[in-house]
Amino acid sequence: MSATTTAAGVPARAPRGGALRAALLRPAGVVGLLLGLVVLVLAVMGTFGLTPYDPAKQDVTQSLVGPSGQHWFGTDQFGRDVFSRVCSGLANSLRIAVVSVGISGVLGILIGVLAGYYGGWVDRVVGVLTNVLFAFPSLLLALALAATLDRSWVTVSIAIATVYLPIFARVARAPVLRLRHVDYVTASTAIGRPRLSTLFAHVVPNMWGILLVQVTLSLSWSILTEAALSFLGFGTPPPAASLGGMVYDAQTISAVAPWMLAFPGLAIVVFVVGLNLLGDALRSTLDPRSGGRR
Amino acid sequence: MTALLSLWRNSFVRRVLEAVLTLVGVSVLTFAVLRVLPGDQITASYGIEAGALSPDQLASLRAYYGIDKPLVAQYFSWLGGVLTGNLGVATQSQQDVLDMTLRALPITLQLAVLSILVALALGVPGGLLAASRAGALRDNGSQLVSLLALSVPTFLVATALSSWLANRFGYNPNGEEFATLLRDPALNLQQMALPALTLGVSIAAPVFQTTRASVLAIRDEDYIRTARAKGVPPRRLQGRHVLRNALIPVVTISGLQFGFLLGGAVVIEQIFSIPGIGRQVLLGMTQKEYAVVQSTVLVIAVLFVLVNLLTDVVYRLVDPQARAQ
Repeated sequence: MSATTTAAGVPARAPRGGALRAALLRPAGVVGLLLGLVVLVLAVMGTFGLTPYDPAKQDVTQSLVGPSGQHWFGTDQFGRDVFSRVCSGLANSLRIAVVSVGISGVLGILIGVLAGYYGGWVDRVVGVLTNVLFAFPSLLLALALAATLDRSWVTVSIAIATVYLPIFARVARAPVLRLRHVDYVTASTAIGRPRLSTLFAHVVPNMWGILLVQVTLSLSWSILTEAALSFLGFGTPPPAASLGGMVYDAQTISAVAPWMLAFPGLAIVVFVVGLNLLGDALRSTLDPRSGGRR
Repeated sequence: MTALLSLWRNSFVRRVLEAVLTLVGVSVLTFAVLRVLPGDQITASYGIEAGALSPDQLASLRAYYGIDKPLVAQYFSWLGGVLTGNLGVATQSQQDVLDMTLRALPITLQLAVLSILVALALGVPGGLLAASRAGALRDNGSQLVSLLALSVPTFLVATALSSWLANRFGYNPNGEEFATLLRDPALNLQQMALPALTLGVSIAAPVFQTTRASVLAIRDEDYIRTARAKGVPPRRLQGRHVLRNALIPVVTISGLQFGFLLGGAVVIEQIFSIPGIGRQVLLGMTQKEYAVVQSTVLVIAVLFVLVNLLTDVVYRLVDPQARAQ
C-alpha cells in the first residue's frame, strides 16, 4: 500500500485516491460498488422520469397485477407500476441521504475539527452540545424534529442532518487531537503559517480516509432513517413515492400482493448493503488493525 | 480546596458532573423545541376556537398558562414542575402524562431486556466463533450475516414476519389486546416474542462485531503470551484470560444498545401494537398532544443518560484497569 504509517497510527501521507482505489479492489468493495451502481441507475431513471410508467399514474383496470413483462415488479392497489415507484422512491431516498449527509458532514466536520484543534473551552462547549444531542435516541430525535417542521423532503433532510451532525463532529475531532502534535504540523506553525491555515493545509487532508468511511456509513443510516420515518408516516409526504411508505402501504395486502412488500423492501436492502460493503472495504483498507485480510 | 481539586481529578466524579450538565442541556433543548412549535397551549387545548377568543380572554388564558412571562421564567417554572413529577396532562384524554409514562415504561423495559438477551445469545457466540479463526470461512460468513442484519430495516423484517405468520398460519398474538407480564404471562410472552426477536437480531450485529474485535485484540496481548508460555492449559486460557477480558467491551456496547432501545423501539412497538413509551411519543405526535411528546421525550433522554452513566459504572467495576486509575 502506498501510505506509510507513523507510530501513532496516523497515515503519514494523504491516502486520498489510494485508499479509495485499494478499497475498490477488495471483493466487498467490488460488490458494494456494483450494488451502488445498480441503485444509482434506477435512481437516475426515477429522477429524470425515465421510468416505464408515471410513478403516480393510477390505472384501476391494472390494479394488483403480479410481476410480468409489462409490469416488472407488478402493480399496487391503485394500478400504479411498482417498478416505476421503486425507482422514484430510490431517487427520493438518495436525494435525502445526500442532502442530509452533506449538511451534517460539512457542519459536523467543521465543528469537530475546530474543537479538536483549538481545544480548551471551544472543545468543552462542543463536547457538552454533542452530548446533549446524543442523549436523544437518534430515530426519536429525527421523528420529533420531522413532526415539528412542515412535512417535505427538505425538512426530513434537515431532521436527519441534525441527528448525524454530532456524530460527524465526534468522528472528525478524534484524529485532529492526534494530528495536531505531529511534527509536520508543529513545523508548519513554527515557520509562521497561521494556525487556521495549517489546520486546513496539513491536518484536514490527512483525515479524508476516516471521514470517507463515515460518509459512506452515514449515507446508509440516513436511508434507513428516512425509510423508518416514511414508514411511520412522518417522512416524505404522499403522493411522492418513498420506499418506507411503500412498505407501509403493502402491510395490509401483502397476502394478496407480496410483490408490493418484496420489491421496495429489496430496494432498501440492496442500497444499504451496497453502501455498508463499500464502507467496510474502506475501513479495512485504512485500519490495519481491523484484520485487513478480507 | 485540595480536596475539591482531587475530586475534580477523579474521572468518575467528572463523569457524573458531565451527565448532570448533559441533563440540563437536554431539558433546555426539550423546552426550546416546544416553544418553536406552531401554536401554544391555548391553541392546543381550544383548537380553532382559540381564534374566537377576545383579546382579554386570550390575555387571561395566557396568564393562566404562564406563557405571558419571560422565557427564562417559563423554563424554570416548567422545570420545577417536571422535577416535582408534574409532566403535564394530555388535553384530549385528560390523562396525567406521569401516569401514562409509568404504565408504558415497564413494557418498553421488558422489551429492551428481552431484545438484549436475544442479541447476546446470538452475538457473543457468533463473535467467538468468528474470532476463533480470523479470515476463515466461518469468520467471513458470520461477518456477512452481521452486515445483512445491520442493513435490513427492522420494520421490514417485522412487517414481513408478522404478515407471513398471520396469513399462513393465522397466528397473530399482537392482534389481541396487549397483556402485561403480570396479567397474562403466556400471552404477554407470545406478544413480546416477535418484537424482541426482530430487535434482538438487529442489535446482535454490533454485539457480534465488538466480541470479535475484542477477542482478536486481546489474543495478541502480552499477558496472554505470558500465560501461554508459563503453560496455562488452552481451555483455561480461553475462559479465564481471553473471554473474561474480551467481554468487558461487550458490557459497554450492551448498555449503549439498551439505552438506544428505550426510544429506538418506536417502530417495532408501533407495528406490534405494544403500548410502550415509543408508541406513546408517536401517538402524541399524531394527536398533536405536545405535552405528551415533550415530557415523554424528556423522560427517555434522561433515562438514556442515566443508563449510559450506569454502563460506565459497571464498566469501571468489571475492568480492573479502569478501577486502578
